Amino acid sequence: MYTKDGESYFIVDAHVALWDARPENQRNIHGKQFIDCFYDYHRNLSPESEVWSYDEYLYQGGERLMKDLFEDGYVDHAIFQPAYLNEFYNTGFGQSEEASALAKAHPDKLTYNHNFDPRNGEEGLDRLRADAERFGLKGVKLYTAEWHGDSRGWKLDDPWARRYFEVCREVGITNIHVHKGPTIRPLDRDAFDVADIDHVASDFTDLNFIVEHVGLPRLEDFCWIATQEPNVHGGLAVAMPFMHTRPRYFAQILGELLYWIGEDRIQFASDYAIWTPKWLVERFVDFQIPEDMTEYAPITTAQKRKILGLNAAKMYDLDVPADLRLPGAGEPDTGPRQPERADLAKV
Amino acid sequence: MSVAPTLAPVLEDAARAALGGVVDPELDEPITDLGFVRLLAVDGHDVVVHLRLPTSFCSPSFAYLMASDAKDALTALPWTRRVVVELDDHHDSDLINAGLAADAGYRGTFRHEAEQDLEGLRTTFRRKAHTAAMERCLTALLRTQPERHVTSLGLVTLADLPPGEHTDALRRRRAALGLPDEPDALVMVDHDGRGYPPEEVPLRLRRARSTRISIDGNAHFCRGLLRTRYPGSETDQTPRADDPAFIPLTALQTHKEHTS
Repeated sequence: MYTKDGESYFIVDAHVALWDARPENQRNIHGKQFIDCFYDYHRNLSPESEVWSYDEYLYQGGERLMKDLFEDGYVDHAIFQPAYLNEFYNTGFGQSEEASALAKAHPDKLTYNHNFDPRNGEEGLDRLRADAERFGLKGVKLYTAEWHGDSRGWKLDDPWARRYFEVCREVGITNIHVHKGPTIRPLDRDAFDVADIDHVASDFTDLNFIVEHVGLPRLEDFCWIATQEPNVHGGLAVAMPFMHTRPRYFAQILGELLYWIGEDRIQFASDYAIWTPKWLVERFVDFQIPEDMTEYAPITTAQKRKILGLNAAKMYDLDVPADLRLPGAGEPDTGPRQPERADLAKV
Repeated sequence: MSVAPTLAPVLEDAARAALGGVVDPELDEPITDLGFVRLLAVDGHDVVVHLRLPTSFCSPSFAYLMASDAKDALTALPWTRRVVVELDDHHDSDLINAGLAADAGYRGTFRHEAEQDLEGLRTTFRRKAHTAAMERCLTALLRTQPERHVTSLGLVTLADLPPGEHTDALRRRRAALGLPDEPDALVMVDHDGRGYPPEEVPLRLRRARSTRISIDGNAHFCRGLLRTRYPGSETDQTPRADDPAFIPLTALQTHKEHTS
């Protein structure tokens, strides 16, 4: 919980990882390239005081994670969203065993989501059923640019993916976190395109689709599909740290999201260990849309409370102290909000 | 055939200018402004270019487009003989460089991962670039004409736009889509040149704005990552042209008072 100026915020970090990118776990050059890419994200967007050394960054371990999130980071509950990346790392990138054991030891603080790959066919369906039982899964994290043999990507509306979503239904996995990456098959089309999310969200209305990084680098496409599908949500991982480096750009992202999808479907995430939650929570609570950006309404405390934790808590059925709860916005589930503010000429 | 030493800088300038015509489709900016050209070496009639990108995991399709466009642009110069373009430090460097060296084309390079070509991808991003350029012009117009009603933007023509960088940029994006350049041509149109009825205009402008914000945001992110990845590369980057969203409305109004 974070408290400032008499307001208390229940914090859910909806996207964290416990990874191992140390050289001994790197299968090939791509393992190094991948963590180096993450480290550049970290260095480029963090305040100087929050930058880790490269060695620290390669692996954190459970103890450090607990401290960074729950002791220092104000987080009440965090959700593991492990990326598999078995083609790059010997034991995968996200450490399933270590993370799930940690979640089992701290069920009040941690939820473990797992992943699946529809290219594993029938065998993978059985594995998904077993994983759901073993980990007690409520959600999965899917990375569409995962490499797999000679394939380097897949789409959510592939026929096999649909079969996996049917199994999700069957075993009670309701929260599908989607992370788009640079490759799909064929490469002819835009790999970051979110149209496939639109299709499956229409067909599986009982599942929630949380689009990580709020669709970035395709924010506009994400906003548009999310206005039409009430079960599409946006995760703020990667977008959050723009608060520091480009606050005016962050204001526009947030302004667009609040306009297009509303305050009930946006989830805070640090993307730990790419960034740490402490400074993100502090700055987000202090954040305001600049006054001259009159095309956007100021962000209210209630909106911040929902984004920082209440929205994800609702989706994951977490126990929120009664005095920290808030009702829904009471606005329609879909469709652009504040239409009158579309008119800049009135300001 | 040898080239006079005094001619070498001229040829290098010509090669750089040719590379300036190569655009990152996603960011809608020349690769020379983005700092993506790591090395340009002209030796007689031979040209070697090395490109670099903000991460190893930038989309291979866009990486290939830029690298093959660079090779095409240099090969098209009348004086070039041997042209080598290589992409450095990318997860697909080996694949793409081998494809470029063999002039294997997109399908020859990516084999089973390629279906037809990348023209559809290129078109998608030309359309987005046009949408963003259109929004920049119309939002700037709104900010300088506070009395104007947003629905009237559907009737704005090219002749109504003030001369300047944003208007020039819009006209270039229109030309790329084959849209008319006549003074009486409507500004607010889709990629086929169709206008919008007044009631649709506010929402269309909002959508266009989210496209522009997305592109601008990606450009800032990618530029920053390149500087982090390659210290010193900032000197190779040309600052991105101002976009109206980052100019405070109050500043514009003050400016207007002073000039009127």
